[in-house]
Amino acid sequence: MSAPAVKDHPIHRRWIGQSMKRVEDPRLLTGRGKYIDDIVVPNMAHAAVLRSPHAHARIKKIDASKARALPGVLLVLTGAEAVEQTGPLPCFANPPVAQYCIAVDRVRHVGETVAAVVAESRYIAEDAVDRIEVEYEPLPVVVNPGDASTSKGDAVLHPDRGANNIAHQRTLTFGSYDEDMRSADVIVRRKVRWPRSGAQPMETVGAIASYDEGTRKFTIYANTSMYNYVGWLMAVSLKIPAHKLNIVPTIAGGSFGSKIFTHKVLVLAATLARACGRPVKYVEDRLDNMTSCDNHGSDRIYELELGLKRDGTMLAFGMKVIDDYGAYLQFGVGHHGNAAAQLTGPYRIKSARIELTAVFTNKCQQGAYRGFGSEVNNFALERIVDAAADELGISPVEIRRKNFIQPEQFPYKIPTGNVYDSGNYGAVLDKALEMADYDGWRSRQADARKQGRYIGIGLASCQERSVFSSTEFWFWNHEPGFALTSSPESVNIKIDPTGKAFVTLYSPFWGNSPETMATQIVAEQLTIDPSDIEITYADTDQGLMGTGPGGSRYTVMIAGAIAGAATDIKRKLFKIAGHFLEASEQDLELRDGRVSVRGTDRGMTIPEIALQAYYFRLSLPDDCNSGLDARFTYDHPYTTQPNADRTDLGVFYPIMGHMCHIPIVEIDIETGQLTYLKYVAVHDCGTVVNPMTLAGHVRGGTVQGIGSTMYEHFYYDEQGQLVTANFADYLIPTLKEAPPNIEVGHVVTPSPFTEYGIKGGGEGGRMGVPPALASAVEDALRPFGVKIDTLPITPMKIRDMIRAAQQRKG
Amino acid sequence: MEQVQLTLTVNGTRYSRPVEPRCLLSDFIRHDLGLTGTHVGCEHGVCGMCTVLIDGQTARTCLTFAVQVDGAEITTVEALGTPAKLHPLQQAFWEKHGLQCGYCTPAMLLTAVELLNNNPNPTRNEICEAMSANLCRCTGYQTIVDAVESAAAAMKGEAR
Ligand code: FES
Ligand code: FES
Repeated sequence: MSAPAVKDHPIHRRWIGQSMKRVEDPRLLTGRGKYIDDIVVPNMAHAAVLRSPHAHARIKKIDASKARALPGVLLVLTGAEAVEQTGPLPCFANPPVAQYCIAVDRVRHVGETVAAVVAESRYIAEDAVDRIEVEYEPLPVVVNPGDASTSKGDAVLHPDRGANNIAHQRTLTFGSYDEDMRSADVIVRRKVRWPRSGAQPMETVGAIASYDEGTRKFTIYANTSMYNYVGWLMAVSLKIPAHKLNIVPTIAGGSFGSKIFTHKVLVLAATLARACGRPVKYVEDRLDNMTSCDNHGSDRIYELELGLKRDGTMLAFGMKVIDDYGAYLQFGVGHHGNAAAQLTGPYRIKSARIELTAVFTNKCQQGAYRGFGSEVNNFALERIVDAAADELGISPVEIRRKNFIQPEQFPYKIPTGNVYDSGNYGAVLDKALEMADYDGWRSRQADARKQGRYIGIGLASCQERSVFSSTEFWFWNHEPGFALTSSPESVNIKIDPTGKAFVTLYSPFWGNSPETMATQIVAEQLTIDPSDIEITYADTDQGLMGTGPGGSRYTVMIAGAIAGAATDIKRKLFKIAGHFLEASEQDLELRDGRVSVRGTDRGMTIPEIALQAYYFRLSLPDDCNSGLDARFTYDHPYTTQPNADRTDLGVFYPIMGHMCHIPIVEIDIETGQLTYLKYVAVHDCGTVVNPMTLAGHVRGGTVQGIGSTMYEHFYYDEQGQLVTANFADYLIPTLKEAPPNIEVGHVVTPSPFTEYGIKGGGEGGRMGVPPALASAVEDALRPFGVKIDTLPITPMKIRDMIRAAQQRKG
Repeated sequence: MEQVQLTLTVNGTRYSRPVEPRCLLSDFIRHDLGLTGTHVGCEHGVCGMCTVLIDGQTARTCLTFAVQVDGAEITTVEALGTPAKLHPLQQAFWEKHGLQCGYCTPAMLLTAVELLNNNPNPTRNEICEAMSANLCRCTGYQTIVDAVESAAAAMKGEAR
């Protein structure tokens, strides 16, 4: 596919751009949300899960007799029993990594499912779990990703995949990397460590599965996302035909990527329902979610190098990266595909190299978390840009400005092959500097230092790629298993006989605002009042293709789908109205819910036309059939194939957002406590559909980013025990850790490739904070010469670094 | 397991039900009474999702056994407004975008009810202090504080 035609964006808009109150809210505000745990199915039984206390062990023997004897227990199922009915879980890696909803003969991380119980109540199920006796043979535990290449024997997690714990190793070079490095005046090198954290939405993952003997069909309620994209893969696991499985979405109490897949929980619930002959509900508790979800985030060790001219011109950016994937490899190494979408950031860097080593360890698997690996790349790149600025004695502002891709250079192809659609990075930087009063704070900072106060001013200018296409999941593979290239989104719009719009979405609500977005865009397209628009979510039985939210794609994709369906509906409205008004369609216009003859007062309202369309076939034009509805499946606007040797990954993430974050902080050097004096976040997400909800994403994402930067860590000890598996140890920011005022600014550079010029904006906050805040802390502690290269930077660590520096000085 | 008779008032309705002594108040409210507006997030007392008012005071129902509240008066989010007639706090959360996924919202609302009952004119700092007991993973909190501030102003106007 070559670059799509550049779209013209109408300037006059009635609904797009309004901070409309959300359509979703009244039911959520009044406790009527119907999340997964609120769903009741008649005769439903309840499941609980026995989790492995060992990081790595062989399951020698399971004695469930005491559990089975407990009154109220309906079923105890071990992995050996489950595997007779249910096959491995879906996996994007190639070769795949076998993983089951209940571990079959070996556990590979603490918290892995060893057996499941179904009982009349969750209480009884949990009692029974405690009575299952398991004999384990402990195996050597691998926690240090650096050990992966030398692991052997029983320390190898997946012997069928190789003789050590390297899951995937490959080097990709883009452009004349070695040559550019040779021509560099300086090569700045830095090691950076990004620790494992996770989305941890307030609601865990759950499913209620039932099996109907009559229709021989499963129905599964679930707070999952990609059900209309790859939901059928669950039928494969269950070894049933796909049309014998219907997945019904419920709303999700937050996701941030973590509920994209959830196949483990769904397949488990369905397996249990089939085995016990009753509907089964399984909702993870927090411990289940923290130890065994499929969404721990990236866990990377980087050795970075950036080659520059002495004047600060960037030439080449390279990295050795080890990524600790944990025990399984659900999305392959797609996170590094994602990072390659914006590998070189907003800068005109000519060439790049990634030496990737993905490893297995005895930890929970990785999954998706807001940024999907690109947030980590932002951190790595911005840290080394800061290091370069320091080494070359250039200000952090100037080194960035000097290297920005310029507005007239778009569409711009970066070394990896991905294309950036549009941008104005200088404008974003200028706006952020102005909002932050950057220069003013620099002088206040100098004054404060004289008084022994430590103020730090951080800055990061980074990318938010949006609207993923699916090639990122497989192009790292040596042999792509299933080289998919589709990632569409669909909509169905029906105007009923009374003129109301019924809009069906094929992807769920997961804490974003799909109903509000769809309402505003449908209102814009059809000039229907938002109060006359009704949104529903289709199950898989009714499902058209929908890839779901994720990779900041939903608003862009649903806008494309709605525009497509609305075009068909408008065509029919005009045809019928033209017929009745005896006017040519070219002379008609749609305005305020009425089709009228331009320049006259003659017209028909949408309800009047709809009534004719439904009930008066004999009055319609001959080539018009009854009804008024349209469906549309909108494909990704701009995807191309990667080349064979992967020196060019193709276009896969072209709708490029950008942001500049400027945190201004003060650090109490006695306690390590950090206080926000100011926080500015300027984003360019193209045309904004709803400024209020976009600002909500930016602020919420920013506080999540603060969690990743300062507090959150899934910390595994040497035995592979997850010692932060609760909210008292895994520290999600409270109101006290959030900046009191995150000032959000927008610069609007419309995308030339999307409907209305919209770009995605769902992940940006979290993708900008880590490098910005790290640079603020480093700046505050400049008198101590402290460098921030490892997260999280907890107050305790800050204090330790200060102490160490003070001791060095004596 | 043996059961005991529990009598309590929830949102103005009196209930008398047999419960197991170990039944959590959160489960009793959600599953026995079907009032699913009260959510659970951690079931270990940290996140605050399960907050309700017990005799007018916020409490975590995942850390409370149902039998402990025999004779008490409980208020859950269902007692505030309805979609057709929102409580001023709900209205303010709507207008200020004080929610995204909505999972923490019932707890946030009830925490704010308690605050405004005790202190109808809170400062921004006092709002932060009161609301900081509950987690929210979506909003970044700022708009929640905005919402409570604006509801306090609106409710004063209503001469409560
Ligand atoms: S569910 Fe009660 S505090 Fe988290
Ligand atoms: S709105 Fe989602 S947790 Fe607060």
